[in-house]
Amino acid sequence: MADAKVIPFGEGSGKRPRGRGAGRPGGHGREDGHGRGEGSADGRQRPPLRPVPEPGAAGSGGDGGAEAGGRPDWEQRIARGLAFLRRRVTGEYEVDDFGYDEDLTEQVLMSLIRPVYENYFRVEVRGVENIPSEGGALVVANHSGTLPLDGLMMQVAIHDHHPAGRRLRLLAADLVFTLPVVSELARKAGHTLACTQDAEELLGRGEVVGVMPEGFKGLGKPFGERYKLQRFGRGGFVSTALRAGVPIVPCSIVGAEEIYPMLGNSKTLARLLGIPYFPLTPTFPWLGPLGVLPLPTKWTIQFGEPIATDGYPPEAADDPMLMFDLTDQVRERIQHTLYTLLVDRGSVFF
Amino acid sequence: MGRVVLVTGAARQLGGRLVRRLVRDPGVERVVAVDAVAPGHALGGAEFVRADIRRPALARVLAQYRVDTVVHTDVTGTALGGGSRASVKESNVIGTMQLLGACQKSPGVRRLVVKSSTSVYGSAPHDPAVFTEATPVRSLPSGGFAKDAVEVEGYVRGFARRRPDVAVSVLRFANIVGPATDTPLGEYFSLPVLPTVFGYDPRLQFVHEDDVIDILLLVADEERSGARGSGTFNVAGDGVLLLSQCARRLGKPTVPVLLPAVTWLGSALRTAGVTDFAPEQIRLLTHGRVVSTAQMRETLGFSASYSTPDAFEDFARGRGEGLLPPRAVGAAVDRLSSVAGRAAGLAVRRRAGFVEYDSGDSGDGAGDRAGKERD
Repeated sequence: MADAKVIPFGEGSGKRPRGRGAGRPGGHGREDGHGRGEGSADGRQRPPLRPVPEPGAAGSGGDGGAEAGGRPDWEQRIARGLAFLRRRVTGEYEVDDFGYDEDLTEQVLMSLIRPVYENYFRVEVRGVENIPSEGGALVVANHSGTLPLDGLMMQVAIHDHHPAGRRLRLLAADLVFTLPVVSELARKAGHTLACTQDAEELLGRGEVVGVMPEGFKGLGKPFGERYKLQRFGRGGFVSTALRAGVPIVPCSIVGAEEIYPMLGNSKTLARLLGIPYFPLTPTFPWLGPLGVLPLPTKWTIQFGEPIATDGYPPEAADDPMLMFDLTDQVRERIQHTLYTLLVDRGSVFF
Repeated sequence: MGRVVLVTGAARQLGGRLVRRLVRDPGVERVVAVDAVAPGHALGGAEFVRADIRRPALARVLAQYRVDTVVHTDVTGTALGGGSRASVKESNVIGTMQLLGACQKSPGVRRLVVKSSTSVYGSAPHDPAVFTEATPVRSLPSGGFAKDAVEVEGYVRGFARRRPDVAVSVLRFANIVGPATDTPLGEYFSLPVLPTVFGYDPRLQFVHEDDVIDILLLVADEERSGARGSGTFNVAGDGVLLLSQCARRLGKPTVPVLLPAVTWLGSALRTAGVTDFAPEQIRLLTHGRVVSTAQMRETLGFSASYSTPDAFEDFARGRGEGLLPPRAVGAAVDRLSSVAGRAAGLAVRRRAGFVEYDSGDSGDGAGDRAGKERD
């Protein structure tokens, strides 16, 4: 009976695991896993005498069969997952002063966004090494796409591709922190309110801080103005970087503009809902929930050469002319890179 | 000549402990403990003066004992022995005004230490994540203890302007916890099931009672803290705990409730007089609050011996186990993982056995021999 249960699983998944198994040092891993399996069941003779755990074992045994080739990997994953679960249910994990829950971000949040990053938007990252390996840095990026998915993609890009494994701490609009669930997740993912004090504190701690100075002006601009940078706030980010003495890394994101082509904006509805804009796209709100699905565009995220700020005297941060100059310089760099990337881009979707 | 220290709020547990520590301090000649009610605990040889600080009688006490240091700990959120919110407010605000008035008239007073709270910063989504002493407050607390504390601090600032010769320290304490805490937050954590606000996980900071006593002693002592002691300081243990972490460490299940419902329920319960759970508490449990303790560490040279998690652990120990004690929950997960481990082992063995019967299978998870057979 038990065998009969196992056979279909084994056959059904026979092809996939073989490919995986070939890819890794199979013999060693198998031995290892095998031995461990024995050990946990306390000896070699006992298992056949144990009918009790059969139903459960058959069920998870089936799973095991499905992942047979990657079994050590699969077992490790279960062990990791359970260790994670244990930390969560007993509250034995740490968050920093800003509420960044590294454990949750690494184990869950990143794995949830990564498929979107890799398979849906197929993000191509360039120049990620322009972010210094240690010490603070301010990443300044363009902002677009109606929903701030570009920030999240930038976070995954740096998380997965930076050689020193840097973590991006995004500065988000205050609207984010008034919304339930969103605010909780944003804090846990390491985002904080876009204000000088938080930015300075994070830069002072040597973190990589990400900011999108266009704000809602960039996020909610009409489709016709795509890839035209809006005003960069009042340049507060430049003076913050100057005070902290950290380099500014310009970042250009191509692909986010087309995910929700915003053809119109219902200002009445936006006012009613208390949000900065209410987008009307070809699909939203006409198709209901389906309209929330972004278009699967192909993205490129390019980090430019860092702009050093440590050559200026401390009082330079209070010089408005210099601040506007530097802001323009950063803005020009991003705009220029955007145009270059757009020229090279063959199609929006491939 | 040693110092003469007057402590208000001596009938409270915290005030009592402070008085006993001061009595043992060799630099202190005399300790005058003041409260409106007689303390239920020993004061270790301090002079107890039963006086209501809301009455002007205090000036006489200051003169009679020639007090030079005043430690004002009687700024609290709860009434001792069950009084109404109005009487707490009166004791906090009018009491402080009277005390400051008395101090102003006493030329001998050289040092004033006031116990305040980080609740003066409020809690709002538009606030920066970490408050420093200089952060401008964007949303002033609209009522409750937080508003009292804001008003108390206002009067204290006025006093500091009028009496520049007095060293005035204001200590803004994060949520004070200890084995026997009687704050509103302590009451909240005593509930068998913790209602939380749906979609928010506030960051909380705690400071242990021992550290509260230590830092009060430090700033009250002119020789130890000197001129550095005057000013406003945030006091909190290092680190941060989320409300969800607190609940799990206490072993209490949580029930997320929508924010409008929480607000409505809170006001209904207040109207019914069941609990005095203030709106500011709800805001704290929605948006949380974290303060920077850089000033405390760098200017005062004080480091809290209990971090936030340590302080909370000590508090949890004094509370007994909740419905879901972390130990039991952790053990359950361990059992689960041993079951999973056994299941994995079993699956491998079964596959191994199975492959031996029918070597045509592609069992990669099987033993080495089976793998060779397949190849």
